[in-house]
Amino acid sequence: MIGFATRRILQAMIVMLVVALLAFTMFRFVGDPINQMVGIETSIEEREALRERLGLNDPIPVQFIRFISNAAQFDFGTSYQFRQPVSELFAKRIPATLELSFASALFALVVGIPMGIYAGLNRESPISKLFLSVSLVGISLPTFFIGILLIFLFSVTLQWLPSFGRGETVQIGSWWTTGFLTVSGLKALILPSITLGLYQMTLIMRLIRAEMLEVIRTDYIKFARARGLPDRLVNFRHALKNTLVPVITITGLQLGSIIAFATITETVFQWPGMGLMFLQAVQNVDIPIMSAYLLLTAFLFVAINFIVDILYFLIDPRLRVGRP
Amino acid sequence: MNKKTYVIAAALLAVGAGSAAQAETLKFAFQGTLNALDPYSLNETFTLSSLGNTYEGLTRRGSDLAIEPALAESWEVIEPTRWRFHLRKGVKFHNGSDFTAEDVAFSVDRVRSEGSDLTTRVPADAKVEIVDDYTVDFVLNSPNPILHYEWDTFYIMDKEWTTENDAVKVTSASDTTPNYAALNANGTGPFKITSHEAGVKTVYEKNDGWWDEAKHNLDTVEFTPIGSDATRVAALLSGEMDMVYPVPVQDIKRINDNAGTVALTGPELRTIFLGMDQMRDELLYSDVKGKNPMKDARVRKAFYQAIDIEAIKKKVMRDLSTPSAIMVSPFLFSKAGEFERYPYDPEAAKALLAEAGYPDGFSIGMDCPNDRYVNDEAICQAVAAMLARINVKVDLNAQPKAKYFAKILASGGYDTSFYLLGWTPGSLDSWNVLSNLMNCRDEAGKGSPFNNGGFCDEKIDSLTAEILVENDPEKRDELIAEAFKISHDNAYYIPLHQQGLAWGVADDIELVQRADNQFKFRFVTKN
Repeated sequence: MIGFATRRILQAMIVMLVVALLAFTMFRFVGDPINQMVGIETSIEEREALRERLGLNDPIPVQFIRFISNAAQFDFGTSYQFRQPVSELFAKRIPATLELSFASALFALVVGIPMGIYAGLNRESPISKLFLSVSLVGISLPTFFIGILLIFLFSVTLQWLPSFGRGETVQIGSWWTTGFLTVSGLKALILPSITLGLYQMTLIMRLIRAEMLEVIRTDYIKFARARGLPDRLVNFRHALKNTLVPVITITGLQLGSIIAFATITETVFQWPGMGLMFLQAVQNVDIPIMSAYLLLTAFLFVAINFIVDILYFLIDPRLRVGRP
Repeated sequence: MNKKTYVIAAALLAVGAGSAAQAETLKFAFQGTLNALDPYSLNETFTLSSLGNTYEGLTRRGSDLAIEPALAESWEVIEPTRWRFHLRKGVKFHNGSDFTAEDVAFSVDRVRSEGSDLTTRVPADAKVEIVDDYTVDFVLNSPNPILHYEWDTFYIMDKEWTTENDAVKVTSASDTTPNYAALNANGTGPFKITSHEAGVKTVYEKNDGWWDEAKHNLDTVEFTPIGSDATRVAALLSGEMDMVYPVPVQDIKRINDNAGTVALTGPELRTIFLGMDQMRDELLYSDVKGKNPMKDARVRKAFYQAIDIEAIKKKVMRDLSTPSAIMVSPFLFSKAGEFERYPYDPEAAKALLAEAGYPDGFSIGMDCPNDRYVNDEAICQAVAAMLARINVKVDLNAQPKAKYFAKILASGGYDTSFYLLGWTPGSLDSWNVLSNLMNCRDEAGKGSPFNNGGFCDEKIDSLTAEILVENDPEKRDELIAEAFKISHDNAYYIPLHQQGLAWGVADDIELVQRADNQFKFRFVTKN
């Protein structure tokens, strides 16, 4: 077990190093940060002095080593735009992203599971077919398009829900702000979480439907029915329970990607989270924010994968065979 | 506390609630963010525009951009090199401290210090002499008629507050921690900043102690940056925002058709133009080898005459542009009317090309931003198509501003043969255009750093120097006209147009749209 974990951790560290290298080299090609930091009339001498102070004139390997050693100490430098430590900026933005991700995961589960069950149990019904076609839309339309569509329907035309922002937020403790406790905060959550969660919802629905169809064909369900157990009991106690295992695995993995890919949704809805900050940073060549975001995202995935690996190892004895 | 005081407290609360209900709040959105609050950190229109609601300069500009007294009640030029400013008495900063000559002297030092992005606001060799608490002299090395032209955005800070909070050093772009002044503001202006989260939201509140009579009727202003064009427009259409800017030209009709909103359009000061490499002996991006066709005035004129500016105005800009014959907005130069564009004439252009030795045309690479100016990439595409008609093949390279400016400016070694750029003179004066765009430069950019094409005309150089120290406005304008005429005659640049401003506004809001694209809350009333 310990050997397995150590090996995994080593692999994870290599992955992080590669991501850091990629992030670092990639951002050399985004453009020149200096132009975004000063006004157009700033003299060339001042621009050059600024470049020197920021260390942009150092050889690339020197810059990379500095970047890595700082990042290892959780120091991601200072944002060029905001002139504040990147870690502090992220800390302020994390609650918004996490709340949005949580709400959209909840939406995906609460809507996706019943739809999947229904479509699995009533294969031929027209409603199931409708669900399936609607879910195709959810998979094939780009996120920003869905977002703008929702805005124009629910904000501009019907004027029911806000088109941007988080609404009123409440401060909890020194670093967490929440929109869950105010009416405007909850209203503001609806459109972005639907936008962000639509894809996951579709995925969950299709997964459950397929699993349901599979399970219903198995012998123990047939026996249960033959014994005269009521449909409700068979469907929910026996069938559903057995479909949920893969769903939980997928949902867990998807949560990571919801958090990481909230970028577009946050931009469309001007949701003040990390994704929005990342895209603003790309436009302004704010390299410290960009690289920190990429590293953070990579870390999230590496961590989730690590946990999943360990869980499988604990659950499935076959993995242990032949391993020291 | 007995029962009676409870009643009084409740009554007071009720009164407070009553007036709160009538409080006017203006909510507005802009595409970019307001980052540091230090008024000397970044020389950029939106930042200075925002901070101008909180801070004030010795002068300010009215709705027509005319210079007005602000913190200085009046000024006089005692000698050509000595300006005397009489300061307004009884002005208080938001923290309650008095505004005096000390604050002016302090601000002059600070704005010229290292790390400031506004060092050019006050000439480096100018000296400040405090005559008394409310009189300040500026002593210059040479006459300078436009000393105060940029002072509407040179905001005066409180010496006491800045010193007490350890914020004397300007938070520069390379600083790792922002100082107090970058996160808090203390000006004399009509609005105080009560909360500020960069990139998320900034809240302003009316300053009851403002020295001027308030013409606005706002109590609170909330600013939210909204980067996505579609979301910004939707926020206005849905009534969540009272004002948003800019709005894309293609959405103007939609905003006007919607009940309760109008699009406010008007000319901006920025001039969009084309520049050409006239310095290198061989163009970097062209099939002409061994010589540089752009050094030939006939080729430049051929390019000029091949461009159908009316078509660009109608098709690309949807009538939201003013074709221009000179490199400065007509608002900013009294003699602008004397200039006329070379007429659109592809046949004449072809003849000019043939005369210059390119009867079959040639190819040239063109650089263009795609996220900086209104429809910038579309303009370049139109230009490329028009030049194709005179057999000039344009290879268009359109890219985001972050990459574009890194390529074509000094830091990229002026790596371009043909490019599109926009320029607004920060001082709202022609001298700025001449000194930044039209003087000779060397390879490192000494001289006119933004003369990317690198043309060099000594006559323009000497005129620029003369204009700088000429105190007589009429004579000065003559000299400016002469310089612009040389540029026009030689087609050193191809001016295209002044792009338009487009703001989306709710019906119940009245405001002033200034041509410098600054949004001032003091001109806003909400009905």
